Amino acid sequence: MRFVTVSGPPSSGKTAVILKTVESLRQRGLKAGVVKFDCLYTDDDKLYEQKGIPVKKGLSGALCPDHYFVSNVSESFEWGKKQGVDILISESAGLCNRCSPHIKEILAVCVIDNLSGINTPKKIGPMLKSADVVVITKGDIVSQAEREVFASRVATVNPTASIMHVNGITGQGAFELSTLFGDEKTETDTLDGKSLRFSMPSALCSYCLGEKRIGSKYQMGNVRKMDVDNG
Amino acid sequence: MDRQLILHKPFTELLAEMPFAGDFFESQGLQIPTVSVKDFIDNLTDTQLEDMGIEPAEFLNNFFTFLEAVGSMTERTSVISSLTITGGINKKGEDEDFELEIKAGEIICIVGPTGSGKSRLLADIEWMAMGDTPTKRRIKINGADPDKSWRFSPEHKPVAQLSQNMNFVMDLTAREFVKIHAESRFVQNPDEKVEIIIEKANELAGEKFDGDTPVTSLSGGQSRALMIADTAFLSKSPIVLIDEIENAGIDRKKALDLLVGEEKIVLMSTHDPILALMGDKRLVIKNGGVAKIIETSAKERQNLEQLQELDKKLLELRNRVRTGDILEEI
Repeated sequence: MRFVTVSGPPSSGKTAVILKTVESLRQRGLKAGVVKFDCLYTDDDKLYEQKGIPVKKGLSGALCPDHYFVSNVSESFEWGKKQGVDILISESAGLCNRCSPHIKEILAVCVIDNLSGINTPKKIGPMLKSADVVVITKGDIVSQAEREVFASRVATVNPTASIMHVNGITGQGAFELSTLFGDEKTETDTLDGKSLRFSMPSALCSYCLGEKRIGSKYQMGNVRKMDVDNG
Repeated sequence: MDRQLILHKPFTELLAEMPFAGDFFESQGLQIPTVSVKDFIDNLTDTQLEDMGIEPAEFLNNFFTFLEAVGSMTERTSVISSLTITGGINKKGEDEDFELEIKAGEIICIVGPTGSGKSRLLADIEWMAMGDTPTKRRIKINGADPDKSWRFSPEHKPVAQLSQNMNFVMDLTAREFVKIHAESRFVQNPDEKVEIIIEKANELAGEKFDGDTPVTSLSGGQSRALMIADTAFLSKSPIVLIDEIENAGIDRKKALDLLVGEEKIVLMSTHDPILALMGDKRLVIKNGGVAKIIETSAKERQNLEQLQELDKKLLELRNRVRTGDILEEI
């Protein structure tokens, strides 16, 4: 089975892009399934179901969604194998922009939209910097020039990635994207033993353990302080 | 490019040779190094390394790729003299059976009902289709297969697409906006280009605007004028795909002349009779396929003049409405 991680800021159009891409894959005779990771709530699994796409959803609740993702990705992979799909796609929202869901030797896609502002590429960490493919959406809403400026900023932040424009509504570009998903070189048996491309956001302080009180004396573990006195 | 040499060179020396090298560090949220890149990386603390969000080896690989990409961008000159489209199949699986060679300076119109497949044809050209899209069409540049790597690098793609939508979301003035665009394309003398573009856009726009106007305050016609001038003078892409130029507030003839004047190949999807007749040929799309190719006849060209007269009349009336005239005499 081939595995693809798709991630991106909330509302960037991940689900729409995946839906259109899966449709294109189907036309080429490839069956795809989706594992949807979200934080508190999602209805997107129903959108996949309506299209007859095998889907599994996971909600991280109070946990860091990224940590939840990596703790469950291997089991999700096994689920995908049981569904008999050719390609399994994981969809996860990068909620703090420091997310790092991409796995070595597994196709990594980051979805980012033109409306998020030209400085956004700079603000996104490993999710964008270590992606193999960057999909830019909502290009139909802005002018050609603005699209080019945005794409060039993305290319500066991640010069090795393939950059593509996909329209999640009409599906323009989804066929082209599907040709990358179908690459047989990414065929894998298991995710066990594989490694993340970059460490996940570190979180090990008293607040991770449920501390609510504010003040230095309650802070333990991995704590970083702002320099408020200088500059 | 000698990677070792670049790695060990003091960054100030590197900047003198490649002024854009600093952009990469800036884009990663890093300070511009004062020492060599190697020393810079070696001196980073663990926290700084983590904040970088990428492994150092990958970071360096990206840095070199960036330098190479920008380097090749500033060198490239457009040498596309022809674009050839070879027919594939329509939605019913029937052969399109045509081959069309389009030369620089030519305008080809694409006509057909909504949903007939006009956008797919534009997409095939943008994607440099090689028989591997649903239509099985093939695109050739200068008679040869195009470079496959163009597909995934927007900055090297020889195709610029002017979409119907000309909205802006950036909070900038027209001048700042064009400047940012020029810089993103690593254009030489950006300021000079910016002034030309603002000037030309004003020649196209029905209502004049100042370079200091925020782009979000431009009217539909002014935005279109700005984008067409921008595409003509800034974009190095020798092929321009246009998804309809709406007629409000812009001189369409001047707009097309401007694009074609820069020796570009223009393909335009349209329903507008004036634009359709301005084309050298028009492709009629039906059921997802090219059903007919019509060459604009001499008779049609004559009618074009009449249509333009009508259009001019309407434009005058529009301006009179704008200035508060009574339209009893027209």
